[in-house]
Amino acid sequence: MTDNARPHSLDVGIGGVHVRLRTDSPDFITLMADRFRGFVGHVDAPDHVFDVDIVPVTYAEDESLDGITTEVRVLRDGPKWRLLCGDFDAEWNPGTRHGQVRLHPSPYSLDSVLRILHTVLLAEQGGMLMHASSVVLDGRAYLFTGVSESGKTTISRLAPPHAHLLTDEMSFIRLEDGEYFAYGTPFAGELATPGENMRAPLAGIFLLAKGTDNRIDDFDQGQAVRTVMANILYFARDDALTSKVFDNAIALAARVPVKRLTFFPDARVWDLFGPPA
Amino acid sequence: MSTALYLLRSSNVAARKIGDELMIMFAQDSSLFSLNETAAILWNAADGSTPLADIVARDICPAFDIDAETALRDAAELAHGLAERGILQVGNQPFDTGSATT
Repeated sequence: MTDNARPHSLDVGIGGVHVRLRTDSPDFITLMADRFRGFVGHVDAPDHVFDVDIVPVTYAEDESLDGITTEVRVLRDGPKWRLLCGDFDAEWNPGTRHGQVRLHPSPYSLDSVLRILHTVLLAEQGGMLMHASSVVLDGRAYLFTGVSESGKTTISRLAPPHAHLLTDEMSFIRLEDGEYFAYGTPFAGELATPGENMRAPLAGIFLLAKGTDNRIDDFDQGQAVRTVMANILYFARDDALTSKVFDNAIALAARVPVKRLTFFPDARVWDLFGPPA
Repeated sequence: MSTALYLLRSSNVAARKIGDELMIMFAQDSSLFSLNETAAILWNAADGSTPLADIVARDICPAFDIDAETALRDAAELAHGLAERGILQVGNQPFDTGSATT
């Protein structure tokens, strides 16, 4: 499905949600196909369709795309959501599953729009995007979160050769039939490499701290919720949805073990994550 | 304490009991705030219409074995502190709660 004004399209599927991007720019499609490699492929019925208009960076008369503003704003506007930053201006109607995006010709701009779109979609469904790397080992997914430089990328680099990297930057968590799953994402950090497009049941979330040895310490319920909440990616200024995000964090922390992982940065840390007994 | 005080929960925060802890989340920035036991009593009783003195006499004095005058003074200070953080509203008149939400 394309339209005359935007004859080129690309379907991006992340976490089982397929978004069709339509544009008049074949170059941008090529750029996006590379950015989201491993997560593109035609589907007959996409979940959402976005018409993408590329706005040159030098287009000075465009007030919303000033190229300077770095604050992300996500606002509910009647039945629609408005997603704004200095390099993109998007409108999306969850009811019609259709959106329009004006953005600068940068893969990072569309990357941001898709991340924000998923934060809203996942919040409504009990899931979330989390600042965390995630790795699948022996069929179970482990998330590693923490502040910048805490070791999210490091621990994913140290994973055994048979492990699968879902992401080194932005973990995608879905609630499906009462069970949490981690999905691979193309949202890459330092590794600049998309994760593997697969999913696994979420076995644990670990707040990273570097130390001289490797150990796992339990959190109480409050610490677990704080750890989850502090690392959820979320921008919407909407009281109802924000409360939902809070409830989602509480539900996740009640269901999935959330612990502190102190680790010395070598491969032995993965000895703590053996196959289930 | 010569002037009656009334407390009302702010509408732009969400409160959830997690274990023994009452956690407040601010909708504006998703930040979290944990209430101690006394603050949790004030939060739960902050209906906008019950005078603080009644809350103290009913919920705080029996729980902490403290005299009413001291408890009311401490509770008023705590309530103003919570108001400064945007968790509660404090006023000298009962609040019109017709449009208030928790």
